[in-house]
This record gives sequence, C-alpha cells and structure tokens, in this order.
Amino acid sequence: MADPWTVEAHRLFKKHGIKTVGYVPDAGLTDLINACDADNDIKAVVMTTEEEGIGLSSGAWLGGEKAAVLMQSSGVGNTVNAIASIVSSCQFPLFMIVPMRGQYGESNPWQIPMGQATAPVLRSLGVRVYEVDTEEDAVGAIENGLKMAFVSNAAVAVLIGQKLIGAKSFIADVAEEVTHV
Amino acid sequence: MSELKLERADVMAKLMAVRGDALIIAGLGSPVWDVASSDHKPENFYLWGGMGCAVSMGLGCALAQPDRKVWVVTGDGEALMGVGSFATVASQRPANLAIIVLDNEHYGETGMQRTSTSHGTDLAAMATGAGIPTALAITDMAGVDGLAAALTSGPMPLVAVVKIAASKPNLVLPPRDGVYLKNRFRQAVLGATDAMHAG
Repeated sequence: MADPWTVEAHRLFKKHGIKTVGYVPDAGLTDLINACDADNDIKAVVMTTEEEGIGLSSGAWLGGEKAAVLMQSSGVGNTVNAIASIVSSCQFPLFMIVPMRGQYGESNPWQIPMGQATAPVLRSLGVRVYEVDTEEDAVGAIENGLKMAFVSNAAVAVLIGQKLIGAKSFIADVAEEVTHV
Repeated sequence: MSELKLERADVMAKLMAVRGDALIIAGLGSPVWDVASSDHKPENFYLWGGMGCAVSMGLGCALAQPDRKVWVVTGDGEALMGVGSFATVASQRPANLAIIVLDNEHYGETGMQRTSTSHGTDLAAMATGAGIPTALAITDMAGVDGLAAALTSGPMPLVAVVKIAASKPNLVLPPRDGVYLKNRFRQAVLGATDAMHAG
C-alpha cells in the first residue's frame, strides 16, 4: 500500500526544496506538521493567524527560499487581502495545503458556511484550486501544484476533501463520554 | 500619552547611517515614504498594500537569509493589525531580524485618526508579552542612538517602538509596480540568474 498523502507531501516538500512551512494547525494536518517539525532542514513556523502565512511565504521568496503554507479551510477567510494585495500584485508564488471543514459529513454547523465559501473565495482571488478526494489525487495535486507555484509564479491551493480525511466527529474524539445539555 | 517630539526624518537618518547591507521591508503607509526618502535602493521592499503583513514578511525573509540583517520598518497602525506576528517571531527567534515601529499614534494615510497607541496601548509591552527578548520603547534622541547601537551589534530579534511626532512625512514615492519591486529585490540579494531561474 502506498504511503499516506501526508508522508508523500513531506517527501515532495524535500524534493522541491521547501525550506519554510508556516501553519495554523488542523487535525488533518497533524502528521504533516509533525514531519515538518521533526525535519532539521525545514523551518516549521506556527502562526497566530493564516494571514501571516502569506507574508511569510512572500518574504521567504524575497530571500530566495520556497515556503509552503498549511491551514484549515476556515483560515482561508483570514488570508483574503494578503493574497489579493501582495501575492496577486507582485506575482509571488504561493503554495497552500488546505484540509476542508464544512464540506462533507460535517458535524459542526458553524463550519459549513466557510467550508462552502473556501473554493469560490480562493478562485475569486486568482488562486488555482485543486480539490482532491483520494490519496492518489492529493499526491498528484501537491506535486503539480508545487511545480506550478514556484516555476510559474502561480498561487495554488490544494483542498483536501473530508471524503479523504474524514469528518471530525467532534467532541466524541476527545472525551470518553459526551454530555449534552 | 507620552509627549511626542522626535521627527521621523531625523530618526530615519540616524538609523540609515548604520544600515550597512541590511535588507528592509517597509510597511504600508508613511514608513514606505520614509525608507524611500532616506535610502532608496533595490534592497528595499516597499509594501503598497497588505496591511498587517510587514512583520511576517520580514520573518520569512530573515529565515531565508540568516546571514543578513533584515529590518522591518513600519508604523503603529500597520503593526497593530498584524500584532500576533510578534508571537510568531518570538517562537522562531531569528537572530537577524529587527522590527522598528515608528509610532506617531495615528493612521497617517487615512486622515490622521488616532490609533490605539494614543489611548494607552503599549506596543513595546506587547512585544515583551509576546516573548520578544529585546523590546525597546524610545522617546528621545538618546534612545535612537541606543537603537542604532543595538541595530549594529545588539542581540536580535528586537522590536523598537519609536515615539515620533505626528508630522507630515517627506512624500517621496518609490515605484508602485509590485513585480518590479519583487524582482529587483531578488536580483540584489540573489544575483540576476538565480533571481529569475531559482524555481
């Protein structure tokens, strides 16, 4: 059986020379974040808001390095002006991996509106959006997205569907017993 | 509210005298004009937009260029918008990053409305609280001299909040074309070939 997409993503980061990985965590990113954190050749940067990832990535490019940005789909809303004003105006490369919430089997209703808005918002900003629902498609989109971002100065977001990462069953994941009041 | 007396042009002149080969990210607004009027060169990246991103951009650049100093020169309104980046910088501790906030306690480009720093918000204290090891609150020229010394040989990362008068900056406008600004900066740092073929 092939390695999970998170293992392949880390491998592809190395292959394509990604030196900085900025992230705001998501459950679906845990394995990839841990792999980057443990890698001495990658600067893993925990950020306070997703918008910082756009500055971080663009600043890295100014300094001659490639960065990737990881965030949950809700966080895409925090990146809008930075993508439009900085990435689009300057044609900075941008590569994002975005696990989805509110898209397929979501159990938190507050996640659904931004989940529905994620892809259209990114497209409206000129970001190339790859929506993937299988391991194979995820790996292919990450490989080709990395190429396109850094060779063609494109902004690319790979949206990892809940069909692939699973919908969080919410409180039952972290507590032995759930009480509803 | 502290008495505001330093003039931004005098502060910039003192700091640029010790710039050396430091790279500069200039935050949206008056700091762009300040940097352009005091030392316009390719190693300046001028943010004509993206308010709140100057510090994170400086961090990305500093991590990519660990052997060169990177200065972020920005204003209080811009710094407040991205103030969480102080925590992100503190967690990375880049030994080559200086963040200089010219704090006139006003939004200068939108009609001089007061910012939170005019109501008691202390950006240097916020930097300290975020975990930045060196946070300087500067209100007079002796403090600016101290900052110049810190920029030359002091430990980094540092945040310096320089209280300045809410006077008009010298309106010196650098180019506005973002692609040009990006490529000239990369050429200056990486050389012409790597700047255009490093993908």
